Parts: sequence; structure tokens; C-alpha cells
Amino acid sequence: MKTVISRSQVKGDFVNKVAEISGENFFDCYQCGNCSAGCPSVDEMDLLPSQVVRYLQLGLEEEVKNCKSMWVCAACMMCHARCPKGVDISKIMESLRVLRLREVGAEAHIDVTDFSEEYLARAPQIAMISGYRKFLPL
Amino acid sequence: MEKKLGVFICWCGSNIAGSVDVDLAVAEAEKLDGVVHAENYMYMCSDPGQQKVKDIISEKGLEGVVVACCSPRMHENTFRKAASSVGLNSYLLEIANIREQCSWVHQNNKPLATAKAVSIIEGTLDKVKENLPLETITIDLTKRVCVVGGGIAGIMSALDLANAGYDVAIVEREPAIGGHMAQISQTFPYFHNIPELLQKKIDEVSAHPHIKLYVNSEVDVLDGYVGNFNVTIKTQPAFVDPAKCTACGKCLEVCPVSVADEFNRGLSQRAAIFCYNKTEGAKIPVLGQNDCLHFVNSETDDNDKCKACVDVCPENAIDLGAIRNLNEEFVGAIVMATGYDLYSPEQMPEYGAGNIPDVIDALAFERLLDPSGPTQGQILRPSDGQVPKKVVFIQCVGSRDPERHKAYCSRACCMYTAKQARLYRQQVEDGTAYVSYMDIRSDSRDFEEFVQAGMEEENLVYIRGRVAKVIQEDGFLRVFTSDTLSSRQIVIEADLVVLAMAMEPKAGIRELSKKMNVTIDGDAFLSETHIKLYPVESSTKGVYLAGCGQSPKDITDTVSQALATAGKIQTMFSNETLIADPLIAEVLDDVCSGCGICIDICPYGARIMNDFTRISDVNQAVCQGCGACMAACPNKACELINSTSRQFIRMIGDFAGKAGAV
Ligand SMILES: Cc1cc2nc3c(=O)[nH]c(=O)nc-3n(C[C@H](O)[C@H](O)[C@H](O)COP(=O)(O)OP(=O)(O)OC[C@H]3O[C@@H](n4cnc5c(N)ncnc54)[C@H](O)[C@@H]3O)c2cc1C
Ligand code: SF4
Ligand code: SF4
Ligand code: SF4
Ligand code: SF4
Repeated sequence: MKTVISRSQVKGDFVNKVAEISGENFFDCYQCGNCSAGCPSVDEMDLLPSQVVRYLQLGLEEEVKNCKSMWVCAACMMCHARCPKGVDISKIMESLRVLRLREVGAEAHIDVTDFSEEYLARAPQIAMISGYRKFLPL
Repeated sequence: MEKKLGVFICWCGSNIAGSVDVDLAVAEAEKLDGVVHAENYMYMCSDPGQQKVKDIISEKGLEGVVVACCSPRMHENTFRKAASSVGLNSYLLEIANIREQCSWVHQNNKPLATAKAVSIIEGTLDKVKENLPLETITIDLTKRVCVVGGGIAGIMSALDLANAGYDVAIVEREPAIGGHMAQISQTFPYFHNIPELLQKKIDEVSAHPHIKLYVNSEVDVLDGYVGNFNVTIKTQPAFVDPAKCTACGKCLEVCPVSVADEFNRGLSQRAAIFCYNKTEGAKIPVLGQNDCLHFVNSETDDNDKCKACVDVCPENAIDLGAIRNLNEEFVGAIVMATGYDLYSPEQMPEYGAGNIPDVIDALAFERLLDPSGPTQGQILRPSDGQVPKKVVFIQCVGSRDPERHKAYCSRACCMYTAKQARLYRQQVEDGTAYVSYMDIRSDSRDFEEFVQAGMEEENLVYIRGRVAKVIQEDGFLRVFTSDTLSSRQIVIEADLVVLAMAMEPKAGIRELSKKMNVTIDGDAFLSETHIKLYPVESSTKGVYLAGCGQSPKDITDTVSQALATAGKIQTMFSNETLIADPLIAEVLDDVCSGCGICIDICPYGARIMNDFTRISDVNQAVCQGCGACMAACPNKACELINSTSRQFIRMIGDFAGKAGAV
């Protein structure tokens, strides 16, 4: 399969939105792979964390939008701790989730406000992520 | 009396003429005070252009000239030479920069650019009116050299200079010369035998009538300036008299101390009295004061202090009462060849360095390869002395990591890693070598072929990805990495891990750079004046840079740089005296109050208080004409010759006047 890349894609709306929400510059990444080497969730991912960044650099919107990796990410921030260029992939993963949730609309997934403060205080963040994922019509 | 002035306006093709009306500018210039000639020409710097300037100077008897053209950095010298060839003192010619500072920045507004060009010309004319004719300054020149650091850079620079007949003093901090090259076994890209190459050069140094070697020594104080440096050298006490010692080695055996041997990167132990390395020059033992019980237990009564080595020495060569030495060397030039250290592996706790004995740095691996090293050249892992069957070499450790370590690339590690992995495979035939890399930088003659041969012939397994962590588990070292080419997370079970640590400037370089008055960059590497055109010149005239102290590099590049410093110094020494620009500071004796503010402000140390007159003098050889003292002097007693405040105020008036009129 040939992939055509163009300027409009590399600097497209989707990529810009992810950059804006995450506050990260994907072009800082020089693809060393350290994030992927240390990520605890790779076994269940379809794209390695470093690949997610690479796809964003190339503006491959569909692949990134539909990847499983963002839902498997444990938000442990190990990737950020290790990245020699200071790229925070956990923030990028979070923005991908946010964009996806916005796209499908509020009724399609759990609402945080349905939970008691007491429950939220002790629920692990991965539980919230899984909760969102579970009720998405993917 | 008014000077007769001439103005020559250059078109610079369309560079200037495209946005400045050069005919109008000539017409305007002709109207200015004192101008007896004005003209324009397409390329004033060309031979016919220069001829015009010369002819008019002679014909009209010009006493001052303004050439309105590009930056003075380009052609000031050209036109000044032309002027002096027809008898006009070159300091009476000035450049009015109407290209970089005018035509290039006002490309869309010809009237404005023209007006600005005329005001720049007018201001420059006003400067020329008050310029004095000047002669260059001559400075004495001592044709001797001090080389700081006796690694391969210092050795090669010193040998070239000494072979040219100049006296050279090498100041080496360690007990022997050779630097890191003495720790290396073979070199890329042809597997040359390093100890052999190095020993030959060390022998040449030792035998050279023009080289004086100060080992165990450092620069204590540097005084003076280019051509006339005074270096005070501090030498650690020589406890063992080289004239008496026969290198029998008895003292090494009786010494009760056992500490890690730095030269072998901690892979072996040594006594407090020891031979620094295996080079010929290091046969005479040295005594490490920090380890020796005699000095460590300084409280003990003199009679009870350890003197085991003194007692055993059959030649009576050891004197524990020896003291430090101070020597002075008067030299005209200095070479800084202080080299590098490896960034400490302890900075990488995620790789277990310091905790896991079988995680070692690349210099330690070199020691394992050395036939006269701690394992007689056998690659054995430190923990149990077994031959490692799986070795992981990790590149870029501490390098190319702006977030936590060094942002730069250490340049030699891609190649020496390939070399080490190949040597490992040549020795351990059933072993596997993995190389973790991000990029392979093999950018010199036969380098790429050398790396490729490693993959093709020695089956090195290159894996593209940075290693996240190394842990010890189930009798293995587990190396967690990724291969970005196949998009996989990878775990390797290894017996030995070798870290290609970043190179960093030698410890103590910050203090030394202050002493030597040379600037360093953010990573503390010595800075050259210009990376393209003045690559071995430091910020201080007469001080040159060679080797890894300037930036990480391999031996080839180190030696090229070293020879360049020797060439530069020989060019300097080909004259009997030095010539300096007379555009420097002067002091108005009647006005100077002797407050001394200029002395602190001068970045070159050119100002000296005359204790008798209490007037601050200018050392003509050192002053660079920067003008800092002129700005700082509260009494306006400092002036720059031909750039006086009077001249500048007039120029500003000219510029401001025209700008207001437009
Ligand atoms: C593991 C490893 C393997 C390598 N293998 C190769 C190879 O195969 N081929 C290759 O081309 N390059 C190789 N290199 C690179 C090579 O080591 C360097 O290019 C070379 O040694 C640099 O020489 P130098 O003289 O600049 O510095 P150094 O060797 O560091 O010498 C500097 C000298 O100055 C002295 N000094 C420092 N400060 C002072 C001071 N203040 N006063 C007095 N003396 C001082 C030091 O004691 C030292 O003797 C390797 C490097 C490493 C780390
Ligand atoms: S660790 Fe950082 S630089 Fe390396 S691949 Fe991951 S995001 Fe890119
Ligand atoms: S934050 Fe997500 S992508 Fe990053 S290391 Fe943790 S699980 Fe992997
Ligand atoms: S030379 Fe190679 S191993 Fe060394 S820092 Fe540069 S890229 Fe990394
Ligand atoms: S002009 Fe600069 S270099 Fe010269 S004496 Fe003054 S401060 Fe020092």
C-alpha cells in the first residue's frame, strides 16, 4: 500500500488539534524508541508509543484515530520520564482520547459526574480510561 | 586646516545600486564639506576599481578617503592597502557600510535608502576628518611554546614544533604522557596497534632535545600576553628519584595499600605506590599521596608511620619528605590540549552502572582488550572471570539527550563501538554481539566500510532503539530496548553490557579556562574563534586549541588539529616581532583620577595601574580596542584612538540629522 503524504496532511487540522490539546511538539521526537522500550503496556498495543508520534509527524490521521494504543496506555508517564527530548507521550495519548470522545458525543460514554467524589478519589486513572473505552461504539 | 577628502561609492552590481541611487549619492556627497572628489563605480573592489581610488588619491592629493561599499569586514583591508601603496596612511581611509546596513535592509524604498546612504557617508567623512595617521605597533616575541596536556594532541603538536627547532614545555597532570590513547588497544578503521604507535611517539618526546616534560604538573598561574607569556608550573612532589630508581618493583610488592586502579577503570587493584601505566615512560613508580598510609595517617607519630617502601628500596630512591616544585616558563604561544573524560556511568542508574559489576564503560572494555591490561587481553566479565557469550554494546549513552544529559553527539563512539564489537567477535567465536544504536555516524574514509564489514563478516546484530533499562535477573542482565525498524519491544539476555559513554571536557577545565583567559561553551568545551576559518584559535591571542578539549573527536581529527596548532605557531614564529593594530585605547593623563574601574572592566587584562603616577596605563600589546574602558571610565579619561567620543558624537549627529529630515 502506497501512502501519499502532503503538506495539508502533515500540518492538518487533526494534527494541529492534537498538538494544541497536548501542548507537545511532535517534531521534537527523533524516534529513538526509548518510550517504546520502557512502556509497560506495549504487549496490548497495535502501535508502539514512538510509532504513534511518528504517525502524527506524518499526519496519518486515520491510523492514529483508530489505534488501540491510546486505550491501552496506562498513563503511567514512564515514556515522558525516559524521553531524551522531553516529549510527553502520555499527554498525547490523553489528547487522542479526548478527541475521540468529543467525536462520538457525550451520551456514548460514561460521565465522570455520575460518580461520587469518594469513589473518584480512590478509582485508579486506568479505570476511568477503561470506562470511557468500554462504552464507546468502536 | 581642512583635509582634502574623496568619496568612492560602489554599486556592488545591483546589491547597492538596486536600492540606492548612486548618481544622486555622488551629487550629494560632492556638496559635503571638504569633499574634492566623488564618483561611483560598478565594482570598486575590482582591480580597475582600486586603480581609480589610487589614481585619484595621487592626482588630487587626497588626505582622507571614504569608500562607501560593503561591510569593512569584507574589504577594509583591500582599500587600506591600496591607499598606502600610493602613500596615503591607511588609517585615513574608512569604509562607509551602505550595503549590509543600508541597501540590503531597505530594498523597497529607494529615496529613503539613498538618504540614509548619504548620511552614512557624511558621518564617516566627519570621522575621517579627525582620524590620525597611525603606524602598527611591534611586540617582542619569545619563540618557545608551552603545551598543556600530554595526550596524543599535545604530543603531536609538541613534536612538530620541536622538530622545527623551537623549545617546547609539555605540562601533564598525570604521572605519564599518552592520555586516553594509552588505554586503547587497537583503532578503527584498520585495527592498527595503538600501544606500538603511541610508544614510538612517546619515545620521540622523551629523547627530544627541544622538549622539556613536566609530569605530575599543572599550570598554576599564567601572566603576560601573546609573544610574552609567563607560565608558572606547579609540580607534585617526586617521592621517587628517577635518577636512583632501577624500576625493580620491590616497593609495589610491600605496600600494604590496595585501591582501584583508575587507569584500568577499576578492573584491577594497585598499591599506593604504583606504575601509572604500561608505557615505557611510566616505569618509575609514583606515589599517590591520597592513598599512601604515611600521608593518610598524618596524626600518627613519625616513627610509627608506614615507610614500607622506603625501607625495602635497595637504591634508597624514595624520599617521603619531597616537596612541591614551582617552575617558570617564558613562552610566546600556548597549546591547550587538555582532552576529555568519560561522563560518569553512575549518571545512568537505569543501566545499573556502578551497581551491576558486568555493566562497564567503553574504556573499561578497552582495558579488557589490551594484552598488557588486567586480563592480558582476554575478554572476561568482571563478576566471575567467565567469557561473556552475549554482549550488548549501547551507543549514545549520555550523548544526544538534551533533556537529562548532553545534547551533543560524542562523535567517536559509533566507530569505536563497531571496533569493540568486531574485536569481541574475533576473539569469542561462539559469542553474539548486539549493538543498540539510534544512528550510525561513520562519516570518514573507510569508516562506513568498517561498520558494514562488522555486520557482514562478524555478524554484529544492530538494533535500532534506545535502551530503556538494564536489570540483573535470573543470572542474566536483561536489556530492555526497542527496535523501531520492526516496531517491537525487545528484551535481550546478556552476560556483559558495555556503555559508550559521552565524552565531556576534562575535570577542572572551568578553573583552567579562567586562568588561561580562554572562553568555553555551555558544555565547558574550549571555544574556537570561528568554527570555519579559525578552528584552532582560542579567544586569547597566542593560545591555540587541539584535541577533545575543544570538542569530542577521534584520533585522526585530534592529530589534524594538533598539527594545525603547530603550523599556526610556526607562522607566527616566522617573524622576529609581532605586529598589532594601533586602534587601541589611550589614557588622557591629566584626566585619569586613578580610580581603577577600567582595570576591572577590561576583559583582556590590558589595563595596569602605574603605582608611581597613579595613572592607569594601557598595555598596547594586549588591548583589543573593544572600548569597554572608554564606556566605563567615570572621568572620560579613556579614549579609543581614531574612535574618540568626539568623533562618535559627530557621527551620531550626522545620522540623526538626516533621519530627522526624511
Ligand atoms: C572507549 C574509547 C575508545 C576509543 N577508540 C578510539 C579508536 O579506536 N580510534 C580513534 O581514533 N579514537 C578512539 N577514541 C578517541 C580517542 O581516545 C581520542 O580521540 C584521543 O584520545 C584524544 O586525545 P587528546 O589528546 O585530545 O585527549 P586525552 O587523551 O584526554 O589527553 C589529554 C591529556 O591532557 C592531560 N590534562 C588534562 N587536563 C590537564 C591540565 N589541567 N593540566 C595538565 N594536563 C592536563 C590529561 O591528563 C591527558 O594526558 C576512543 C575513545 C574512547 C572513549
Ligand atoms: S522517547 Fe521521545 S524522542 Fe524517543 S521516540 Fe519516544 S517520544 Fe520520540
Ligand atoms: S504513559 Fe502510556 S504510552 Fe507512556 S509508557 Fe505509560 S502506558 Fe506507555
Ligand atoms: S558518535 Fe554515534 S554513538 Fe556516539 S553520540 Fe554520536 S551517534 Fe551516538
Ligand atoms: S579598549 Fe578594551 S581591551 Fe583595550 S584597554 Fe580598554 S577595555 Fe581593555
